[in-house]
Amino acid sequence: MKGIIGKKIGMTSIFSPDGKQTACTIIEAGPNVVTQVKSQDTDGYTALQLAFGDKKEKHATKGDINHFSKAQTAPKQFVKEFRDYSLDKNLGETVTVDIFTEGEKVDVVGTSKGKGFQGVVKRHGFSGVGEQSHGQHDRQRAPGSIGGSSYPSRVFKGMRMAGRMGNDRVKIKGLKVVKIFPEKNYILISGSIPGHNGSIVLIQK
Amino acid sequence: MNAAVLFVHEQLTAKKDFPKFKAGDNVTVNYKIVEGGKERIQSFRGDVVKIQGTGSTATFTVRKISDGVGVERLFPFFSPNIDGIQLNKVGKVRRAKLYYLRERSGKSARIKEKRVK
Repeated sequence: MKGIIGKKIGMTSIFSPDGKQTACTIIEAGPNVVTQVKSQDTDGYTALQLAFGDKKEKHATKGDINHFSKAQTAPKQFVKEFRDYSLDKNLGETVTVDIFTEGEKVDVVGTSKGKGFQGVVKRHGFSGVGEQSHGQHDRQRAPGSIGGSSYPSRVFKGMRMAGRMGNDRVKIKGLKVVKIFPEKNYILISGSIPGHNGSIVLIQK
Repeated sequence: MNAAVLFVHEQLTAKKDFPKFKAGDNVTVNYKIVEGGKERIQSFRGDVVKIQGTGSTATFTVRKISDGVGVERLFPFFSPNIDGIQLNKVGKVRRAKLYYLRERSGKSARIKEKRVK
Protein backbone atom coordinates (compact mmCIF):
# COMPACT_ATOMS: atom_id res chain seq x y z
CA MET A 1 0.00 0.00 0.00
CA LYS A 2 1.04 3.56 -0.68
CA GLY A 3 -0.87 6.70 0.05
CA ILE A 4 -0.86 10.42 0.72
CA ILE A 5 -3.00 12.89 2.67
CA GLY A 6 -4.39 15.84 0.72
CA LYS A 7 -6.97 18.58 0.61
CA LYS A 8 -9.83 18.75 -1.90
CA ILE A 9 -9.60 22.01 -3.84
CA GLY A 10 -12.40 21.90 -6.42
CA MET A 11 -13.43 20.50 -9.75
CA THR A 12 -12.66 21.28 -13.36
CA SER A 13 -12.51 19.40 -16.63
CA ILE A 14 -9.74 18.42 -18.97
CA PHE A 15 -9.69 17.67 -22.72
CA SER A 16 -8.01 14.64 -24.22
CA PRO A 17 -6.26 15.15 -27.58
CA ASP A 18 -9.23 13.58 -29.41
CA GLY A 19 -11.61 16.12 -27.88
CA LYS A 20 -13.19 14.08 -25.10
CA GLN A 21 -13.86 16.09 -21.95
CA THR A 22 -13.27 14.45 -18.55
CA ALA A 23 -14.52 15.91 -15.29
CA CYS A 24 -11.81 15.80 -12.64
CA THR A 25 -11.13 16.91 -9.09
CA ILE A 26 -8.09 18.94 -8.05
CA ILE A 27 -6.43 17.76 -4.83
CA GLU A 28 -3.54 19.49 -3.09
CA ALA A 29 -1.71 16.35 -2.00
CA GLY A 30 1.11 16.70 0.43
CA PRO A 31 3.87 17.24 1.09
CA ASN A 32 3.43 14.83 3.99
CA VAL A 33 5.99 14.22 6.71
CA VAL A 34 6.70 10.79 8.12
CA THR A 35 6.18 11.29 11.85
CA GLN A 36 6.42 7.70 13.02
CA VAL A 37 7.62 4.39 11.62
CA LYS A 38 6.00 1.34 13.16
CA SER A 39 7.76 -1.98 12.80
CA GLN A 40 7.03 -5.63 13.50
CA ASP A 41 9.49 -5.75 16.42
CA THR A 42 8.27 -2.75 18.39
CA ASP A 43 4.58 -2.50 17.48
CA GLY A 44 3.58 -5.92 16.13
CA TYR A 45 2.79 -4.57 12.67
CA THR A 46 4.38 -2.34 10.07
CA ALA A 47 2.94 1.06 9.29
CA LEU A 48 3.88 4.60 8.41
CA GLN A 49 2.38 7.62 10.14
CA LEU A 50 2.03 10.61 7.83
CA ALA A 51 1.15 14.19 8.81
CA PHE A 52 -0.23 17.01 6.67
CA GLY A 53 -1.01 20.69 7.10
CA ASP A 54 0.66 23.07 9.54
CA LYS A 55 -0.86 23.84 12.90
CA LYS A 56 -0.29 27.07 14.78
CA GLU A 57 2.23 26.73 17.58
CA LYS A 58 -0.21 28.15 20.15
CA HIS A 59 -2.79 25.49 19.27
CA ALA A 60 -0.35 22.62 19.67
CA THR A 61 -0.34 20.67 22.91
CA LYS A 62 2.91 19.70 24.62
CA GLY A 63 2.31 16.16 23.44
CA ASP A 64 2.03 17.39 19.86
CA ILE A 65 5.23 19.39 20.05
CA ASN A 66 7.12 16.48 21.55
CA HIS A 67 5.80 13.96 19.04
CA PHE A 68 6.46 16.11 15.97
CA SER A 69 9.87 17.25 17.20
CA LYS A 70 11.03 13.65 16.92
CA ALA A 71 10.55 13.98 13.17
CA GLN A 72 12.05 17.50 13.33
CA THR A 73 8.94 19.19 11.98
CA ALA A 74 6.39 21.76 13.08
CA PRO A 75 3.12 20.52 14.66
CA LYS A 76 0.72 19.25 12.00
CA GLN A 77 -3.05 19.37 11.67
CA PHE A 78 -3.87 15.94 10.39
CA VAL A 79 -2.15 12.63 11.17
CA LYS A 80 -2.95 9.30 9.56
CA GLU A 81 -1.40 5.86 9.69
CA PHE A 82 -0.96 3.80 6.53
CA ARG A 83 -0.42 0.09 7.16
CA ASP A 84 2.19 -1.91 5.24
CA TYR A 85 3.54 1.07 3.28
CA SER A 86 5.23 -0.23 0.14
CA LEU A 87 7.81 2.56 -0.16
CA ASP A 88 10.81 2.73 2.14
CA LYS A 89 10.61 5.94 4.16
CA ASN A 90 12.45 6.99 7.30
CA LEU A 91 11.37 9.24 10.14
CA GLY A 92 11.23 12.89 9.06
CA GLU A 93 11.26 12.23 5.33
CA THR A 94 8.59 13.75 3.09
CA VAL A 95 6.08 12.01 0.86
CA THR A 96 5.01 13.98 -2.22
CA VAL A 97 2.70 13.44 -5.19
CA ASP A 98 5.64 11.88 -7.05
CA ILE A 99 4.66 8.51 -5.58
CA PHE A 100 1.84 8.39 -8.16
CA THR A 101 2.11 8.38 -11.92
CA GLU A 102 -0.34 9.65 -14.52
CA GLY A 103 -2.79 6.99 -15.63
CA GLU A 104 -2.59 5.03 -12.38
CA LYS A 105 -5.76 3.76 -10.69
CA VAL A 106 -6.18 4.93 -7.08
CA ASP A 107 -8.74 4.84 -4.28
CA VAL A 108 -9.84 8.09 -2.64
CA VAL A 109 -11.19 8.23 0.92
CA GLY A 110 -13.09 11.24 2.20
CA THR A 111 -15.89 12.34 4.48
CA SER A 112 -19.11 12.87 2.56
CA LYS A 113 -21.10 16.09 2.84
CA GLY A 114 -23.55 16.10 5.76
CA LYS A 115 -27.17 16.10 4.64
CA GLY A 116 -28.81 16.45 8.08
CA PHE A 117 -31.87 14.49 9.18
CA GLN A 118 -33.35 12.92 6.07
CA GLY A 119 -36.35 10.73 5.33
CA VAL A 120 -36.24 7.23 3.89
CA VAL A 121 -36.82 8.35 0.29
CA LYS A 122 -33.59 10.37 0.15
CA ARG A 123 -31.63 8.29 2.66
CA HIS A 124 -32.40 4.74 1.51
CA GLY A 125 -33.99 5.20 -1.89
CA PHE A 126 -37.48 4.09 -0.85
CA SER A 127 -40.19 5.02 -3.31
CA GLY A 128 -42.72 6.16 -0.73
CA VAL A 129 -46.17 4.80 -0.06
CA GLY A 130 -49.36 5.70 -1.82
CA GLU A 131 -50.56 7.60 -4.80
CA GLN A 132 -51.53 11.18 -5.41
CA SER A 133 -55.20 10.40 -6.02
CA HIS A 134 -57.84 7.84 -4.90
CA GLY A 135 -58.45 9.68 -1.65
CA GLN A 136 -54.88 9.35 -0.35
CA HIS A 137 -52.81 12.13 1.06
CA ASP A 138 -49.73 12.73 3.27
CA ARG A 139 -48.25 9.30 2.45
CA GLN A 140 -46.05 10.04 -0.55
CA ARG A 141 -42.70 9.97 1.23
CA ALA A 142 -43.74 7.62 4.07
CA PRO A 143 -41.62 4.55 4.94
CA GLY A 144 -44.54 2.07 5.11
CA SER A 145 -44.62 -0.84 7.55
CA ILE A 146 -41.55 -1.43 9.75
CA GLY A 147 -42.56 -4.97 10.79
CA GLY A 148 -45.14 -7.21 12.46
CA SER A 149 -47.26 -6.43 15.50
CA SER A 150 -47.65 -8.92 18.38
CA TYR A 151 -44.93 -11.04 16.91
CA PRO A 152 -42.08 -10.06 17.20
CA SER A 153 -43.31 -7.07 19.25
CA ARG A 154 -40.17 -5.15 18.42
CA VAL A 155 -38.45 -3.53 15.48
CA PHE A 156 -35.57 -5.53 14.02
CA LYS A 157 -32.08 -4.12 14.30
CA GLY A 158 -30.81 -2.40 11.19
CA MET A 159 -34.32 -1.47 9.98
CA ARG A 160 -33.84 1.28 7.44
CA MET A 161 -35.51 4.42 8.79
CA ALA A 162 -35.14 8.19 8.69
CA GLY A 163 -32.12 9.74 10.37
CA ARG A 164 -28.84 11.55 9.96
CA MET A 165 -27.43 11.21 6.47
CA GLY A 166 -23.98 11.96 5.09
CA ASN A 167 -20.86 12.94 7.04
CA ASP A 168 -19.65 9.34 6.67
CA ARG A 169 -16.28 7.97 5.64
CA VAL A 170 -16.63 7.04 1.97
CA LYS A 171 -14.10 5.30 -0.26
CA ILE A 172 -14.31 5.61 -4.03
CA LYS A 173 -12.34 2.88 -5.76
CA GLY A 174 -10.55 2.78 -9.09
CA LEU A 175 -10.30 6.46 -9.97
CA LYS A 176 -7.74 7.43 -12.59
CA VAL A 177 -4.91 9.88 -11.98
CA VAL A 178 -5.34 12.29 -14.90
CA LYS A 179 -2.53 14.77 -14.31
CA ILE A 180 0.11 15.70 -11.73
CA PHE A 181 1.71 19.08 -11.10
CA PRO A 182 4.64 18.18 -8.80
CA GLU A 183 5.85 21.80 -8.42
CA LYS A 184 2.50 22.81 -6.83
CA ASN A 185 1.68 19.42 -5.26
CA TYR A 186 -1.56 19.24 -7.25
CA ILE A 187 -3.03 16.00 -8.49
CA LEU A 188 -6.02 15.72 -10.83
CA ILE A 189 -8.24 12.69 -10.37
CA SER A 190 -11.02 11.70 -12.73
CA GLY A 191 -14.58 12.11 -11.52
CA SER A 192 -15.90 13.45 -8.25
CA ILE A 193 -14.73 12.57 -4.74
CA PRO A 194 -16.58 12.70 -1.41
CA GLY A 195 -16.65 15.81 0.74
CA HIS A 196 -16.75 19.55 0.36
CA ASN A 197 -13.94 21.76 -0.94
CA GLY A 198 -11.17 22.11 1.63
CA SER A 199 -11.86 18.76 3.28
CA ILE A 200 -9.13 16.24 4.03
CA VAL A 201 -8.91 13.26 1.67
CA LEU A 202 -6.65 10.23 1.46
CA ILE A 203 -5.35 9.02 -1.88
CA GLN A 204 -4.16 5.45 -1.67
CA LYS A 205 -3.36 2.43 -3.73
CA MET B 1 -12.42 31.39 -8.54
CA ASN B 2 -9.96 29.48 -6.41
CA ALA B 3 -6.32 30.32 -7.15
CA ALA B 4 -5.47 26.63 -7.48
CA VAL B 5 -8.21 26.04 -10.05
CA LEU B 6 -6.97 29.09 -11.98
CA PHE B 7 -3.44 27.72 -11.94
CA VAL B 8 -4.59 24.37 -13.32
CA HIS B 9 -6.61 26.13 -16.02
CA GLU B 10 -3.59 28.18 -17.01
CA GLN B 11 -1.49 25.04 -17.37
CA LEU B 12 -4.09 23.20 -19.41
CA THR B 13 -5.32 25.86 -21.81
CA ALA B 14 -3.32 26.36 -24.95
CA LYS B 15 -3.37 29.89 -26.33
CA LYS B 16 -5.80 30.14 -29.22
CA ASP B 17 -6.13 33.17 -31.47
CA PHE B 18 -9.86 33.44 -31.92
CA PRO B 19 -11.50 36.78 -32.73
CA LYS B 20 -13.19 38.39 -29.76
CA PHE B 21 -16.95 38.03 -30.00
CA LYS B 22 -19.96 38.29 -27.75
CA ALA B 23 -23.65 37.45 -27.69
CA GLY B 24 -25.48 38.67 -30.76
CA ASP B 25 -22.52 38.31 -33.11
CA ASN B 26 -22.70 36.11 -36.18
CA VAL B 27 -19.87 33.57 -36.28
CA THR B 28 -18.76 30.57 -38.30
CA VAL B 29 -17.26 27.76 -36.24
CA ASN B 30 -15.10 25.26 -38.07
CA TYR B 31 -14.90 22.04 -36.10
CA LYS B 32 -13.37 18.65 -36.75
CA ILE B 33 -15.54 15.57 -36.99
CA VAL B 34 -14.50 11.96 -37.44
CA GLU B 35 -16.49 10.21 -40.12
CA GLY B 36 -15.72 6.58 -40.92
CA GLY B 37 -12.22 6.82 -39.46
CA LYS B 38 -11.46 9.95 -41.46
CA GLU B 39 -11.28 13.43 -40.05
CA ARG B 40 -12.82 16.39 -41.84
CA ILE B 41 -13.86 19.92 -41.02
CA GLN B 42 -17.47 21.03 -40.85
CA SER B 43 -18.69 24.56 -40.32
CA PHE B 44 -21.58 25.87 -38.28
CA ARG B 45 -22.73 29.42 -38.93
CA GLY B 46 -25.15 31.24 -36.68
CA ASP B 47 -25.72 33.83 -33.98
CA VAL B 48 -24.03 33.56 -30.61
CA VAL B 49 -26.79 33.14 -28.01
CA LYS B 50 -24.59 33.13 -24.95
CA ILE B 51 -21.06 32.85 -23.60
CA GLN B 52 -20.82 31.13 -20.26
CA GLY B 53 -18.25 29.81 -17.82
CA THR B 54 -14.71 30.87 -17.02
CA GLY B 55 -11.23 29.56 -17.64
CA SER B 56 -10.72 26.35 -19.56
CA THR B 57 -14.33 25.22 -19.13
CA ALA B 58 -15.92 28.25 -20.82
CA THR B 59 -18.38 27.52 -23.62
CA PHE B 60 -20.47 29.43 -26.13
CA THR B 61 -23.77 28.55 -27.81
CA VAL B 62 -24.47 29.23 -31.49
CA ARG B 63 -28.03 29.22 -32.91
CA LYS B 64 -29.01 28.92 -36.53
CA ILE B 65 -32.19 28.18 -38.46
CA SER B 66 -31.76 25.02 -40.50
CA ASP B 67 -34.63 24.12 -42.86
CA GLY B 68 -37.01 26.16 -40.74
CA VAL B 69 -35.97 24.44 -37.53
CA GLY B 70 -33.93 26.21 -34.90
CA VAL B 71 -30.66 24.40 -34.09
CA GLU B 72 -28.39 25.30 -31.20
CA ARG B 73 -24.91 23.94 -30.70
CA LEU B 74 -22.65 24.37 -27.71
CA PHE B 75 -18.89 24.63 -28.22
CA PRO B 76 -16.23 24.59 -25.49
CA PHE B 77 -13.70 27.36 -26.23
CA PHE B 78 -10.72 25.12 -25.54
CA SER B 79 -11.93 21.95 -27.25
CA PRO B 80 -9.18 20.54 -29.46
CA ASN B 81 -11.91 19.82 -32.02
CA ILE B 82 -12.42 23.50 -32.83
CA ASP B 83 -10.32 24.38 -35.85
CA GLY B 84 -11.18 28.05 -36.09
CA ILE B 85 -13.80 30.72 -35.57
CA GLN B 86 -14.63 33.54 -38.00
CA LEU B 87 -16.50 36.66 -36.97
CA ASN B 88 -18.96 37.57 -39.73
CA LYS B 89 -21.13 40.29 -38.23
CA VAL B 90 -21.16 42.26 -35.01
CA GLY B 91 -24.68 42.41 -33.61
CA LYS B 92 -26.38 45.20 -31.68
CA VAL B 93 -28.09 43.62 -28.66
CA ARG B 94 -28.97 44.73 -25.15
CA ARG B 95 -28.60 41.40 -23.40
CA ALA B 96 -25.80 38.95 -22.65
CA LYS B 97 -28.06 35.88 -23.03
CA LEU B 98 -30.37 35.95 -26.05
CA TYR B 99 -32.85 33.32 -24.93
CA TYR B 100 -35.70 35.42 -26.35
CA LEU B 101 -34.62 34.32 -29.84
CA ARG B 102 -36.01 30.86 -29.10
CA GLU B 103 -39.58 32.15 -29.01
CA ARG B 104 -39.19 34.16 -32.19
CA SER B 105 -38.99 33.27 -35.84
CA GLY B 106 -38.67 35.01 -39.16
CA LYS B 107 -38.34 38.80 -39.20
CA SER B 108 -38.57 39.32 -35.45
CA ALA B 109 -35.70 36.91 -34.85
CA ARG B 110 -33.24 39.09 -36.70
CA ILE B 111 -30.40 40.87 -34.92
CA LYS B 112 -29.48 44.42 -35.97
CA GLU B 113 -25.94 44.81 -37.20
CA LYS B 114 -23.65 47.22 -35.41
CA ARG B 115 -22.04 49.56 -37.92
CA VAL B 116 -18.56 50.70 -37.01
CA LYS B 117 -18.15 54.33 -38.14
